[in-house]
Amino acid sequence: MQRIVRSPYVVIVLLAAIVLALPLLISSTFYLRIAALVFIFALAVVGLNLLMGFAGQVSLGHAGFFGIGAYAVAIGPTHLGIPSWAALIAGASIAGVLAYLVGRPILKLKGHYLAVATLGLGILIAMVFTNEARWTGGPDGMPVTRLELFGWRARTPIAWYWISGVSLIVGALIAVNLIESPTGRAFRAIHDSETAARTLGIDVARYKLAAFVLSAIYAAVAGAYLALFDALVTPVTAGFLRSIEFVTMAVIGGLGSILGGVVGAAVLVLLPQVLTAFHDYEHVVLGLLMMIFMIFLPAGIVPSLARLMQRRQP
Amino acid sequence: MPEFLQFLFSGLTVGAIYALVAVGFTLIYNASDVINFAQGEFVMLGGMVTFFAAAAGVPLPLAALLAIVIATAVGLLLHQLAIEPARGASAVTLIIITIGASIFLRGISAIVFDKNFHSFPAFAGTEPWMIGGAALLPQSLIVLLGAGAIVVALWAFMTMTLTGKALVATAANRLAARLVGINTSAIVGLAFAVSAAIGAFGGVLMTPITLTSYDVGTLLALKGFAAAMLGGMGNPLGAVIGGLIVGLLEAFSAGYLSSSYKDAIAFLVILGVLFAMPQGLLGRAAIERV
Repeated sequence: MQRIVRSPYVVIVLLAAIVLALPLLISSTFYLRIAALVFIFALAVVGLNLLMGFAGQVSLGHAGFFGIGAYAVAIGPTHLGIPSWAALIAGASIAGVLAYLVGRPILKLKGHYLAVATLGLGILIAMVFTNEARWTGGPDGMPVTRLELFGWRARTPIAWYWISGVSLIVGALIAVNLIESPTGRAFRAIHDSETAARTLGIDVARYKLAAFVLSAIYAAVAGAYLALFDALVTPVTAGFLRSIEFVTMAVIGGLGSILGGVVGAAVLVLLPQVLTAFHDYEHVVLGLLMMIFMIFLPAGIVPSLARLMQRRQP
Repeated sequence: MPEFLQFLFSGLTVGAIYALVAVGFTLIYNASDVINFAQGEFVMLGGMVTFFAAAAGVPLPLAALLAIVIATAVGLLLHQLAIEPARGASAVTLIIITIGASIFLRGISAIVFDKNFHSFPAFAGTEPWMIGGAALLPQSLIVLLGAGAIVVALWAFMTMTLTGKALVATAANRLAARLVGINTSAIVGLAFAVSAAIGAFGGVLMTPITLTSYDVGTLLALKGFAAAMLGGMGNPLGAVIGGLIVGLLEAFSAGYLSSSYKDAIAFLVILGVLFAMPQGLLGRAAIERV
């Protein structure tokens, strides 16, 4: 029993159970829509968690990659006439290649210097989307053609519930597999101490770059999903506040915990929905809750609660 | 030439505000290793409280003083209620707390004040001086002199007073500072208070030129943070130089290249500098202990 509970794949089973059970418990398309949003954001945060939680490298610019995915599925079908699914793959590839090219010099920086460099990268990408109005529609954004696969159009919230839910499970499975592999151990060694990792013969630059590229691809796929789901994309998708939102989701849920990423995404997607009841006080309550969460659960919701439960039952 | 001078003036004015925000970042970072993303909110409070106090009939200088006092109190409360209880948490957890604080403060000001843009009259009139064909607003000069005075005062405080030296000692090594009897927790509180006061002062100075509203803090925090990192985190002089450089880069690229890409050019230069000098312009190389 102990061994089953400790298995890293428990998270995947749990996620799959949630994705399968939710439609049985809630039937309103409004709630399924929100659930799909949670899954889409969670996918991006699971990727960011590989970089921040496991390899220990901060990024304040991930909305840039998210935006590349989103604008790829907007621009591809509209301006270049390629189908949405191909545009999605192209967007993820562009994000990955860009992360690879920029990652090498950027990831030499450490801590807050890395934070400011990634922040600059994100802002540069968002600025291109805002200013190249001929391609992107400028600050107002542009409509996105619905996803079409084998003549079937994905437009209902339920369709997107399943697409995003299954993608999240697959994304989490890839992440767990990676973490349990030698690559995952190298990530954690770099997190603990770069110098020590290097002394052990780990190619620090290569593994940091791998984590950066992977997390960029996760973000781009999630961004493409969001654009296809909303049928609209604006520069806000790629903006600085979105990057901050991703980091907040990862930290509130718990860095270094796959389930934490999903919980963090759920909290930050659901809170504003609940808080609309507070009208003008929405932001006040949101800011207050962020502070309270971090003061009382400093390691993030999932790791902090797990530690509490372990203490209860020795 | 008149063009060049004009861009120089506007770049220095904006740069001086960024420099004040960056100095605020540096002070708090030095004392506590916290990157305080609510730093821009202090600037916002400075401008907004002054405007609404003045609108309520308080004389402008008194309104400005009130704004600085209120912002300082907010800074102290932020430290007491949010940072101190989370002591020992990781750096990124503390950053999220300050981001939460900035969202909270923005929300409060949107309710207590409003969501409109506001300004109050410049302190020394709006008749510009013509220098070499370029117009220099008296308020710009006040911003520059005010920022300069703050930097000098801060330098004097850190080198000539016992409290200031305790701040420097805390920044250098917290454990050692505690061993020689410095109350490091009080010092960190002081750093928050001084940073808040400096930010609010900047807000008071800039509002007649740039206007203010409940949400100006985000962009200022972003630019101030970038400026502090460009100068080298933890170095007050670096923060001032970084702020001025970012302001000048923006003004010159907006003037000579493209106004819609002015931020892009500033960040490209910052990226370039960091690639060549990973610790910023004046930062020290960090040595990792294993």
